[in-house]
Amino acid sequence: MESFVFYIFAFMVVAGGWVVIYSNNLIYSAFSLLFTFVGLAGLYGLLMADFIAATQILIYAGGVLILLLFGIMLTARKTSIEITQSNLPRLPGAIISSLIFLLLMVVIFSEPNWNSATNPGVKETVPVIGKLLMTKYLIPFELASILLLAALIGSVFIARREDS
Amino acid sequence: MLWDLGSVLMFMVTSLVIIGITLLIAKLFRRDNPTEEKLTSYECGEDPVGNPWVQFNIRFYVVALIFLIFEVEIVFLYPWATVFKEMGFFTFVEMMIFVGILLVGYAYVWVKGDLNWVLPKPKYTADFDYSNVPRFKKPDAEKARKLQAVE
Amino acid sequence: MLTDIAIIITKIMIVIGGTFTAVAYLILAERKVAGFVQERYGPNRVGIWGLLQPIADGVKTMLKEDITPAKANRIIYHLAPAMVLAPALVTFAVVPFGSGIDAFGRHIAFQIADINIGILFIFAITSIGVYGVVLGGWSSNNKYSLLGGVRSSAQMISYELALGLSVVGILLLTGSLRLNDIVEAQIGMWNVFRQPVAFMIFLVAVFAETNRLPFDLAESEQELIAGYHIEYSGFKYSMFMLGEYSNIITASALIVTLFFGGWTVPFIDVTKLGHLGAFLSVVSFAVKTGFFLFLYLWVRWTLPRFRYDQLMHLGWKILLPLALLNLLFTAAWITYV
Repeated sequence: MESFVFYIFAFMVVAGGWVVIYSNNLIYSAFSLLFTFVGLAGLYGLLMADFIAATQILIYAGGVLILLLFGIMLTARKTSIEITQSNLPRLPGAIISSLIFLLLMVVIFSEPNWNSATNPGVKETVPVIGKLLMTKYLIPFELASILLLAALIGSVFIARREDS
Repeated sequence: MLWDLGSVLMFMVTSLVIIGITLLIAKLFRRDNPTEEKLTSYECGEDPVGNPWVQFNIRFYVVALIFLIFEVEIVFLYPWATVFKEMGFFTFVEMMIFVGILLVGYAYVWVKGDLNWVLPKPKYTADFDYSNVPRFKKPDAEKARKLQAVE
Repeated sequence: MLTDIAIIITKIMIVIGGTFTAVAYLILAERKVAGFVQERYGPNRVGIWGLLQPIADGVKTMLKEDITPAKANRIIYHLAPAMVLAPALVTFAVVPFGSGIDAFGRHIAFQIADINIGILFIFAITSIGVYGVVLGGWSSNNKYSLLGGVRSSAQMISYELALGLSVVGILLLTGSLRLNDIVEAQIGMWNVFRQPVAFMIFLVAVFAETNRLPFDLAESEQELIAGYHIEYSGFKYSMFMLGEYSNIITASALIVTLFFGGWTVPFIDVTKLGHLGAFLSVVSFAVKTGFFLFLYLWVRWTLPRFRYDQLMHLGWKILLPLALLNLLFTAAWITYV
């Protein structure tokens, strides 16, 4: 049953990503990206990472994608939303993505403690995440706020410059 | 826990199936008689004019940007809130630093006016000089008296 | 295992059936309240008091022709109503609507899924609901609907911040994201007395999230005619309506759960009363939710609409700082008192 659900979510992710890349219609791309995000959230849920799953939907589907849609609607109004991407840099793309794939594989296989049916991991993830953020990962946590600040000021600055 | 997430999934699937079934039933029973006029875009009975892709304010985009940043902040607040009672004062300081840094950004967008919604300047305000608008011109007293005299 | 699945499916059917029935009669109630406020009768021809009116309306919208404008983007146009309705229904999955009973040799909670991240789940699913609105508005290829869709999505995301922040105060007090824990922590003392500011912020933000007056700028009739669903007709139109009203029901249920003790009954410990207690808890939940549903209708026929700049001002410059202050104050309170 679990593996069946896994394959459905995995199919959602892959098919969604495929449409994102190959669709000529920007809105279709954004729309199928939603399926990718929801599918990913489902995969996280299967790994019992419920907090990550909800965050995935909340931030990626609810924030990033809305931003993308607004961007498309704001820029593409004059002509149409049809685009063609002809100069796909295939070779560098293939190299980069296979390197990332390799890196992911290394990480996955060097971490022996994956949650599974026999090893269900922690019962409640959120307090554990909270504790870790406040103790072990305090510096990255505070740095994240600086990163967010920089992102906020920078992006708003650029958007405002485009406006005038 | 997986069981609970599974029930949520079942709920989602059930509601989607129910929506699909009702749409199907509606499709079976409804009449379908499209004409060219019915299929035009609605613009209060007029023929549609121009491109529906009207320009909208870039502020919508800026709002979405600011929203995204603060949404991330809120997501960080949630795990902190659940452990705050047992972790005590030190986490309070840590979180205040985190929120404080982001408040700098909030103050920035506030001061720079990104949270303001620019209004179109209304032409006719209370202190508008109506004396130059023809239909608001004061009646010509001289002319009126002459007219009265003629009568 | 099979019994568990059967129980879950029964619960799902009860919740979905209950929501649809409640939506149908909420619409009738809305028209009745409108009639009362405006000194007329409201629907009174179909059945006594017009009680069969929702059924007649449902059959009518099913039989109506479903027009897809020639210029619309067909795929997204057909998907958008489902994307509004499905999240609206699914959010109810984590709301506990009763204390639960012991039957079939197990404890049956009156809640579809008691997941650890309850509140976060609700916010996540609500944020998906924005898509139906913005994509429905876009795919209709109509000026009014595009404007309505963009407006309403910007409004929804603006108030989502205040909504999310106001809840943090409760989380600080309860220490759990699970809605049942939050309800049980309120036995004896409702959160509305502990977090009055958070309640006000939540109430206002939730009105904005559900696109109801005084925040219904998405469909402001006088300027945008109907906003994002202007081109929709037939059953797809009623799906938007169902979605809107299910959102209202979920929002009311959420207000009750977070601030008014959910299924708890004041002065009575329903968990010790067995089946009678379970029944009482459901009644208590329904009565409280009903009050907030009525509040929705009351507000709709009482308050005028905000202007868009006022809306943004309220959301970004008043509610958001207020929610942050409330959070700071609560955290300081817990630390020092």
